[in-house]
Amino acid sequence: MANLADARGNGPAPTLTTADGKPLREALAKAERHARNRAFFLVLPLLLFILITFVAPIAQMLHRSVHNPAFSDNMPNLVAWFEENPEGISPDEGGWDALAQDLILARENKTAGLVGTRVNYELSGTRSLFTKGARNARKLEPPYREAILDLDEDWADPALWQVMRGASSAYTFNFYYAAVDKTLDQDGNIVDVDENRKVYVKLFTRTLILSLLITFLTFILAYPIAHLLATLPLRYSNLLMIFVLLPFWTSLLVRTTAWIVLLQSQGVVNDSLVATGIIDDESRIQMIYNQTGTIIAMTHILLPFMVLPLYSVMRPINPSYVRAARSLGATSWTAFRRIYFPQTIPGIGAGALLVFILAVGYYITPALVGGSDGQLISNLIAFHMTNSLNWSMAAALATILLTGILLLYWLYDRLVGIDNLKLG
Amino acid sequence: MALPSHASTLEKVWHYAYLVICSLIFLFLIAPILIVIPLSFNAEPYFTFTEKMLALDPTGYSARWYDLLLTFGMENPDGPRTGSWWADVWSNAHWVNAAKNSIIIGFFSTILATCLGTIAALGLSRPEMPYRRAIMAVLISPMIVPIIITATGLFFFYSMTGLANSYFGIILAHATLGIPFVIITVTATLVGFDHSLTRAAASLGATPTRTFFRVIMPLILPGVISGALFAFVTSFDEVVVVLFVAAHDQQTIPRQMWNGIREQISPAILSVATILVIISILLLTTVELLRRRSEKLRGVSPG
Repeated sequence: MANLADARGNGPAPTLTTADGKPLREALAKAERHARNRAFFLVLPLLLFILITFVAPIAQMLHRSVHNPAFSDNMPNLVAWFEENPEGISPDEGGWDALAQDLILARENKTAGLVGTRVNYELSGTRSLFTKGARNARKLEPPYREAILDLDEDWADPALWQVMRGASSAYTFNFYYAAVDKTLDQDGNIVDVDENRKVYVKLFTRTLILSLLITFLTFILAYPIAHLLATLPLRYSNLLMIFVLLPFWTSLLVRTTAWIVLLQSQGVVNDSLVATGIIDDESRIQMIYNQTGTIIAMTHILLPFMVLPLYSVMRPINPSYVRAARSLGATSWTAFRRIYFPQTIPGIGAGALLVFILAVGYYITPALVGGSDGQLISNLIAFHMTNSLNWSMAAALATILLTGILLLYWLYDRLVGIDNLKLG
Repeated sequence: MALPSHASTLEKVWHYAYLVICSLIFLFLIAPILIVIPLSFNAEPYFTFTEKMLALDPTGYSARWYDLLLTFGMENPDGPRTGSWWADVWSNAHWVNAAKNSIIIGFFSTILATCLGTIAALGLSRPEMPYRRAIMAVLISPMIVPIIITATGLFFFYSMTGLANSYFGIILAHATLGIPFVIITVTATLVGFDHSLTRAAASLGATPTRTFFRVIMPLILPGVISGALFAFVTSFDEVVVVLFVAAHDQQTIPRQMWNGIREQISPAILSVATILVIISILLLTTVELLRRRSEKLRGVSPG
C-alpha cells in the first residue's frame, strides 16, 4: 500500500482512506480482526466445554500418577524425621518416636488403612502392619523401638523404611517405574522386579503386537472390498456400502454379543463344523474367551475404519492409468503393483493409523471376549481402577498409553489431517 | 468391473476368485449382525439353531425372549395383561427402565453436543479462524483418547466436583463424546459452502441471527441432523463412562447388556440386540437419505 502511494504521489505520501476518512490499512486490519474474533467466539463455548469436561479431568488424572499424598498427609512426624535425616540412615530413636506418634495420630484420624495401602503398593504384605500398629497405638510406651518391634518384627525391615522414605514425599515417579516392571532397591537404584511379578511390559508388548496384527488383518480384508466398491458404478457401490456402514452403525455390544454367539463352543460355527463332520463333537474349537476371540471380534469391529479411508482414496483414481500400463505391455500384476498400489498408499496410511490408534486403547471387546490371554492394557487400567484400587498405578499406565496415542494422533494430523476424517 | 473379452484364462480365474473373496469378506462383515435376528426367536435357551428351527418348524420359534424384556423385574409378571399390567411394566421392568434412562441421557446429550458443535463448526469452517488446526485437534480428541482413560479421568473429576451418580454428569460426559462426530459431519457439510450467500443476506439487511436461521441453517441442516444422530448413537451405545460415574440404579441399555454378557448371557440379550440392529438400520437409512439430500442441496452430486 505504501509503495503504491509513494509511486503515485510526490512529497509526503497521501494515505489511502475509506469513504468515511479512516486510513484504509487500519480499516482493513480492523475488519480482519473483527472476522477473526467472530470466528473465535463461535468456537469458544465448545472449546471451554471440552477443556472443562474433558481436558481438565484427564490432566488431573495424569497429575495423580505422580502425586499420592496418602502417606505424606497422614504421617507428619515421620515426614519431618525423613527430611531431617538424609538417605541411608537406619532409624534411630527419633525415627521410632516419630513412627509411634504417627501411629497414634493414624488411630485418632482412622487413616491407618490409607497409609498402609499406600506403602503396600510398593511393598506387598505391609498394609496389616499399619492397621495393627494403629490398633495397638495406645499401648505403645517408650522406648518405642522395642515397643513397636514387640508388635511386629517386620517393622525393622530396611526395605519398609526405604519405601516409607519414598512415600514421605507426595510426588513420586515410583508408579512409572512399576509400570515398566522396575523398582527402587534399598540404595535407591532402579532395578528389575522379580521375574514372576513382571506383568506390565509383557502386557504393553502384547497390546502392541495384537494391535499391529489387527491393523494388518483389517488391511488385508479391507483392500479387496474397497477396491471393488471403488471400481463398481456408484449405484451398485452405494448399495454394497451398506454392508460396511451397517456394522459401523450397530452397537459395539451387539457386535461383540454376535461374536460370542457365533464362536462359543456350543455356538453356530462349532455346531456347523460338527454337523458337517469337519471336527468331532469332543474337539470343538475354543475360539472365544481367548486371544483368538479378541482378534476376530476387533478385526470385525475396526474393519469399517479401514475400508472408508481406502475407498475415499481409491474412488478418484483414474482407471486409464492402469489401462495405459496394460497397453504398454505390463501384466495385470505389474500394473497393479507399479501403478495402482502406489496411488492407494495415502489411504492405507490413514486407515492403518486410525485402526491402530483405536485398537491400542480398546477396552470393551477384550473385556468381554478376551478371557485371560486376550486382555489389553486398557483392561489392566480398569482392573487397577475397580478391583485393586491402585489408582496411582492406573493413572501411570493411562499416562503411558495416552502419550503413545497422542503421538500417533499428532502423526495422523500431520500426515492425513483431521479434517479428512470421514464417517461414511 | 466387467472383464474385457481379451482376458486370458488366468485373468478370468483370478477375476472370479476375487469376486468370491470379496463376497466372503462382505459375509464376514454382515453375517454376525444378521445372525442374532433369527436366533433371538429361539424357543430354547440356546445360542445356536435347534433342529426345529432348521426345519422351519413354527414350534421351534417363539417370542418368549421379547416377552422377558417386558416381564423381567416386574412385580406381578403373570397377571392378566390389562392396563395395570402395562403400568407395572412401565414402572418396574428393568429393560424398560434402562431404555427410559438411555433415551433421556441420549436426548439431552445430543441436544447439547449438536448446539455447541454446530456453532463451533461454523467458526471452524471460516478461513480466518485463528489456531484452527490445534483447536480442531483438541475438539476431535474425545474420539481418539481411549474410552477407559476418559472414564478414569471423569471418575476422579466427578467424585471431586460432586457430579458423580447424577444424570447431569453422564449427560455432560456423553455430550463430550458425541461432539467430535457433530464437528466432523457439520464441517464436511460446510466445505464448499458459498459464503457470499451470508454476505448477500447481510447486504439485504438481515441480522446475523436471521441470516443463520433463514440462510445457513436450511443448507447445513442435513449435516446437522446426521451429526446429531451420530451423537445420539454414541451416547446410546456408551457403557464404560456409565459404569464408572453412574449410580447403581442408573441402568442404561448398554450397561444392562454389559452385565448380562458378563454374568449369565441369556437369549434375552439377543432380543435386545435385534431391536438395536433394527434401530441402526433405520438410522443408517436416514443418514444416507440426508447425505444425498445434502449433496443435492450443495450441488456436489457425484452423478
